[in-house]
Amino acid sequence: MYKISKEKLSSLFETISERTPLYMPIMKNGQSDFYLWQSGDEYCDSELNTVRSAKDLFFPQSENIISFKKEDRKITVEANEDSFKKFVLFGVRGCDLKGIEVLDKVFLAQPVDEFYAAKRDSAVIITAACSRPEETCFCRTFGVDAAAPGGDVTTWSDETELYWRPNTDKGERLTQELSGVLSECGDEKVGEIRSAIASKLEKLPLRDLSLEGWGESTVEERFDSENWEKLSESCLGCGACTFVCPTCQCYDIRDYDTGHGIKRYRCWDSCMYNDFTMMAHGTPRPKQMQRFRQRFMHKLAYFPANNGGEFSCVGCGRCIRKCPSRLNIVKVIRAFGGSEK
Amino acid sequence: MSVDILNDKLIPKIGVVTSIRQDTPDVKTFRVVAKEGETLFDHMPGQCAMLSVPGVGEAMFSITSSPTEKGYKDFSIKRCGQLTDYLHQIEEGQEIGIRGPFGRPFPVDTEFKGKNLLFVAGGIGIAPLHSVINYVRHFRNDYGKIDILYGSRSADDLVDYDEIVNEWSKEDGINVYLTIDREQEGWDGHVGFVPAYLKELEVPKDSTVIICGPPIMIKFVLSALLEMGFDKTQVYTTLELKMKCGIGKCGRCNIGSKYVCKDGPVFRFDEIDELPDEY
Repeated sequence: MYKISKEKLSSLFETISERTPLYMPIMKNGQSDFYLWQSGDEYCDSELNTVRSAKDLFFPQSENIISFKKEDRKITVEANEDSFKKFVLFGVRGCDLKGIEVLDKVFLAQPVDEFYAAKRDSAVIITAACSRPEETCFCRTFGVDAAAPGGDVTTWSDETELYWRPNTDKGERLTQELSGVLSECGDEKVGEIRSAIASKLEKLPLRDLSLEGWGESTVEERFDSENWEKLSESCLGCGACTFVCPTCQCYDIRDYDTGHGIKRYRCWDSCMYNDFTMMAHGTPRPKQMQRFRQRFMHKLAYFPANNGGEFSCVGCGRCIRKCPSRLNIVKVIRAFGGSEK
Repeated sequence: MSVDILNDKLIPKIGVVTSIRQDTPDVKTFRVVAKEGETLFDHMPGQCAMLSVPGVGEAMFSITSSPTEKGYKDFSIKRCGQLTDYLHQIEEGQEIGIRGPFGRPFPVDTEFKGKNLLFVAGGIGIAPLHSVINYVRHFRNDYGKIDILYGSRSADDLVDYDEIVNEWSKEDGINVYLTIDREQEGWDGHVGFVPAYLKELEVPKDSTVIICGPPIMIKFVLSALLEMGFDKTQVYTTLELKMKCGIGKCGRCNIGSKYVCKDGPVFRFDEIDELPDEY
């Protein structure tokens, strides 16, 4: 275990970013998000979570994958290799780390998505134990320990110190590079912080949300349930839930003519949109209810069926905070018999 | 983790369109070959490939030629959208992006072996079946009797008409039944919808059936088959959904726990029964 005084955090960040680009939650225009840290920037840990999740760093909202050059009838293709640049990601909460693990199951499954794999390989992930869980949090439902997240390095904070524990070889290597700013310490203090967080988690309103009962009906019964009409009635189809979600991974591939070549980029897309499944002869999901149902069935039934029972939700609560119609996955879980033990 | 961007499945190879055949007023067949000294990929009947035109877009098409036809891939493509509009006005010699093969093929070397086969196609639905039919013709002794029922709106809309009439229907053990929706001058063949014609035909009840066509035709053909005493486990089709990646990641073709691009597009009807009704 290591520690650094919180007053000296900027020297820690300075040392890291001298070698490698460093990203962390930073408050800009009243909104906290993962940004490249630059001298003078302050790490934002006053907010529970960034508005957008850490998935942006591995699966960006928009990313060039190929460049084409056209000459007469000839075409040449060049792959974008930007993905290989090393970076350090600081201040990732347990829920967002779990979100990355869910994305791994999609993008690292055969055939591997090389653009994602390159970024995973290039990143050192430093997590932050969650000292300020909010009433919208329910990560425990999905097996996340917010008091002791994993990653390459785990950090804990109290009033004055930041505690630092490397977990992997990558984490150890980074720690060695930082020997000038980190000092060794015992782990008693971290034990205290962890129990303080645990008792906060015990008081959260959604602490006992459970998926028990959710699994009892068959996929067919759930799909055909009358619940969906009622649950989706006020859904605007805005897609905000999919964009802030750390596990939503649906994407589009499009071409853009820059005027001096053509870029093929991939960008986030949303199953909540009408044109997501639109073909020349129509769409199999013409109603918003069907698109709403697809999103939740995918997270809570289809994804687990393909991934050993693991759900594609991490309980970060972003969709609860962002939905303009106050719809969310918690209401869906409860409507299908998720119990409050 | 070893990383190899250049091998990512989203990156197309470049192919050359060496010939373009006008089949019907809105269907053309494009022959794509590798650039000199390169190869494209091997495929099996029923598999698909992504074709792309830089700046216009990319879409999934079934591969029309059989893998037994070496050195090229044929694609019969109906003009019905942005990319297909563009493809319909390119000229021979044009290079395009191509990547694949994607999806689960028809089980031509396993379940189909030794069976009587009944092909039922409507309109451009002949495109994926064309690959199976020519594969089966190539290995003719491995399969039983072959019946092919093919219908379209009019005689002008029958794709591959020359090959069907001059080659398929002249071979022993192959019966070809053509039909068009409405009477037409110069057509002395059958007139009527495919499902109704099917019920009139004497086809072996132990045949394995392969259907492709508009969703409404597939639906009525299936119910005709069930009426005739066929079982769903004998009947195969190939599904069409919007696709972007081809490798089960972009999420578009997800139905239930399946991804049509990788778990399909070929499904047996008892498997389709287990999927939510969203195709």
